Amino acid sequence: MVQQLEVENLTFQHDQRLNSKTLSNVSFTVQKGEWLAIIGHNGSGKSTLAQLLVGLLVPENGQISADGLIMTEDTKWEIRRKIGLVFQNPENQFIGSTVQDDVAFGLENLNMSYNEMKIRVDEALEMVNMTRFRFHEPTNLSGGQMQRVAIAGALALKPSILLLDEAFVMLDPLSRKDLLETLENLKITEDLTIISITHDVNETAVSDRVLVMESGEVVNSGSPEEIFLAEQAIDPPFAEQLRRDLMAKGRSVPETYMTEREMLGWLCK
Amino acid sequence: MNKLILGRYFPGDSWLHRLDPRSKLIAGVAFIFIIFLADSLQAFALLWVFTLFVMRLSGVGFRTYVRGVRPLIWLILFATLMQMLFRTGGATFVDWGPITISEYGIINGFYVFCRFVLIIFFSTVVTLTTKPIDLTDGIGSLLRPLRKLKVPVDELALMLSISLRFIPNLMDETQRIMDAQRARGTQFGEGSLIQQMKTLVPIFLPLFASSLNRAEDMANAMEVRGYQSGTKRSTFRQLSWKRIDTASLFIMVVLAGVLLVVRTI
Amino acid sequence: MAMQVKFHNVAADYKLGPIRQSFVLQSVNLAISSGTFSAVIGPTGSGKSSLLKVLNGLLVPKQGQAHIGDQVIEKENDKHVYKEVRKRVGMVFQFPESQLFAETVLQDICFGPINFGVPFEEAKKLASDVIEQVGLEQDILTKSPFSLSGGQKRRVAIAGILAMNPDILVLDEPGAGLDPKGKAEIMSLILNWHRKKEMTTLLVTHDMEDVAHYADEVIVMENGSVVMHEEVRDFFSDDQRLEKWSLELPNARRFQLKVEQDTGVKLPNICLTKNELVEALIKVGLA
Repeated sequence: MVQQLEVENLTFQHDQRLNSKTLSNVSFTVQKGEWLAIIGHNGSGKSTLAQLLVGLLVPENGQISADGLIMTEDTKWEIRRKIGLVFQNPENQFIGSTVQDDVAFGLENLNMSYNEMKIRVDEALEMVNMTRFRFHEPTNLSGGQMQRVAIAGALALKPSILLLDEAFVMLDPLSRKDLLETLENLKITEDLTIISITHDVNETAVSDRVLVMESGEVVNSGSPEEIFLAEQAIDPPFAEQLRRDLMAKGRSVPETYMTEREMLGWLCK
Repeated sequence: MNKLILGRYFPGDSWLHRLDPRSKLIAGVAFIFIIFLADSLQAFALLWVFTLFVMRLSGVGFRTYVRGVRPLIWLILFATLMQMLFRTGGATFVDWGPITISEYGIINGFYVFCRFVLIIFFSTVVTLTTKPIDLTDGIGSLLRPLRKLKVPVDELALMLSISLRFIPNLMDETQRIMDAQRARGTQFGEGSLIQQMKTLVPIFLPLFASSLNRAEDMANAMEVRGYQSGTKRSTFRQLSWKRIDTASLFIMVVLAGVLLVVRTI
Repeated sequence: MAMQVKFHNVAADYKLGPIRQSFVLQSVNLAISSGTFSAVIGPTGSGKSSLLKVLNGLLVPKQGQAHIGDQVIEKENDKHVYKEVRKRVGMVFQFPESQLFAETVLQDICFGPINFGVPFEEAKKLASDVIEQVGLEQDILTKSPFSLSGGQKRRVAIAGILAMNPDILVLDEPGAGLDPKGKAEIMSLILNWHRKKEMTTLLVTHDMEDVAHYADEVIVMENGSVVMHEEVRDFFSDDQRLEKWSLELPNARRFQLKVEQDTGVKLPNICLTKNELVEALIKVGLA
């Protein structure tokens, strides 16, 4: 297995006056083509982790390496090309004056020739189904469409990892659903590695592996099924909620995690 | 705010809309010089015909242009009046000590009036038919030689284009915060000056706070996408100089030439 | 106090800069009875926010009248009408934390009440009462609103509206941008307040779970008009109609339809929440 990202003993402290660390000894790896969801409550250090991964913050301790390249002050620009980050706020990360300008922004920074940029922009817009909006200005776009553009802007740089830092939180449920489908497709067609820092149940449910963070530490990790079963404090998908409630009412439901299809099957028995 | 026409873009697909912003900018600046070549009624008549023709080409209604002149009308009338009242020469119609209304005065007053209005009309044509972002690109491109003098032209152009990009957001935000405070009982534009100033605090403080946040978000977003100031960047928005742009500048030269000829007669 | 809301043929348009959006609202007729909790839904740009603004005199109708209690908002109004209406109608905008400005949380919460003529001492009492209602500690009152976390700011902003003791509460996506837990907490504090004060509440939302869990009535807007105004259970009974408007079903109802389709057993009632679904499944013997 190829290790796309390796994080070792990452420690960070926002406020030196406080004793508690924002992050302490966080270690994990991500494999090529994997979808890793990182969940946890506000203040668990998730977003700090995102900023560390792209070198916007410098850790006190520990090491990050992407594709075998270790993050330092000198390599951080190269690592940023490997990790495409999409932020929470759709409006504030839209830098260009139109959709296609924004997708091209990262390419312009590489001093790429116009012809090459044109190809990359076309491809990236196609991936997120935004081609017909290419001349639109951001004021005419919905939050969901702007996030698509942000994803295209990251993908245009051909990163090996797409990092989503609560990229869904400002969107309405329907846009979330659409965007999630797009990402699931991209993961397959482009063999994309995705790390999503999230609160969203559905985003967590489609991942391959879940990392649970609490006050700056990784407290659990496993498949979504394992995590939803083990962590009762985290709201699971609807079918599993239903199973728990039925169990609480003394019904003889199975004691393992159930997907919607399994639940329907059980009800039809 | 709503009355200001100069500097605003009207979407359209006219011949002028499709010109390269650089040719329009050059023509706009050239026009200011050309106008000072005119010193006869015939010359001004020609300029009026030319300007009205260009305005017609823009596809924007004449009324819009008139609205563009309106905010400046007092300044224009003041300058005209100064000429009319104080300039002497030719036949004198009225003579009240320092105030004289003379033949030259009236003619010069008329010239001053025409110059102001023509310049405003012509620059309005440029801004009405060019997107602000294209104007920025055009200015950036025309000022490029200044890079040799260590003027950070590209940085300034990028800064300007990002500011333009966020103006609608800022306007929305201002509107939203004003609405929110009005809903909490603030009444704008009432009471003494001090009271009115006080009502601005609940607007500007939140606006300032949110702009700082926005700026930080933007800076991060730019940095993770590889933006480093001082490094060479390419541009995706391409300006393309077409034959029609050369032709339009040629027309400006012809215009200047004709005026020069008329002048010597 | 009981407060009825009535729109009679209301039409309105916006003017922002050179852009005049023609009729963001057109002939809206609506009657909302006192004490109900209504959800306002519809696609972006369908006029939901404009509807809310008319309620508060922030957008003035070009035609028609909006009756709020005994006040009437129409094309030409006396200034005191706006003041009276804004006193009665509490408005929580989207991301309300962006309106915080004062030095302390206390001052910020008192801003509304004082503007409407409540003496400072009384406003202070209101603030300390309301801060507990939104689930925050008393000692937060002396802090700067800018030093708080996102969720706390949101609560303080809502507290600032509740302190005005409105009879009608209008909310535009109060849970937007919060994590699921934070959102659920905000929604339940609003519901409690609605019940306790017997308020008339209007909630703009995109989330059908909110509609199913909190609303009594649903108002659907499209192209600046109200195209439907119904009791919530009737509203969710017709899933084909919902599909036409590309609206989602709430989880419980969606799951109910699947179960009914797969098993051929019809559940006795339309289930809007998980609890209702659990009860129904047990009742018909499927679980």
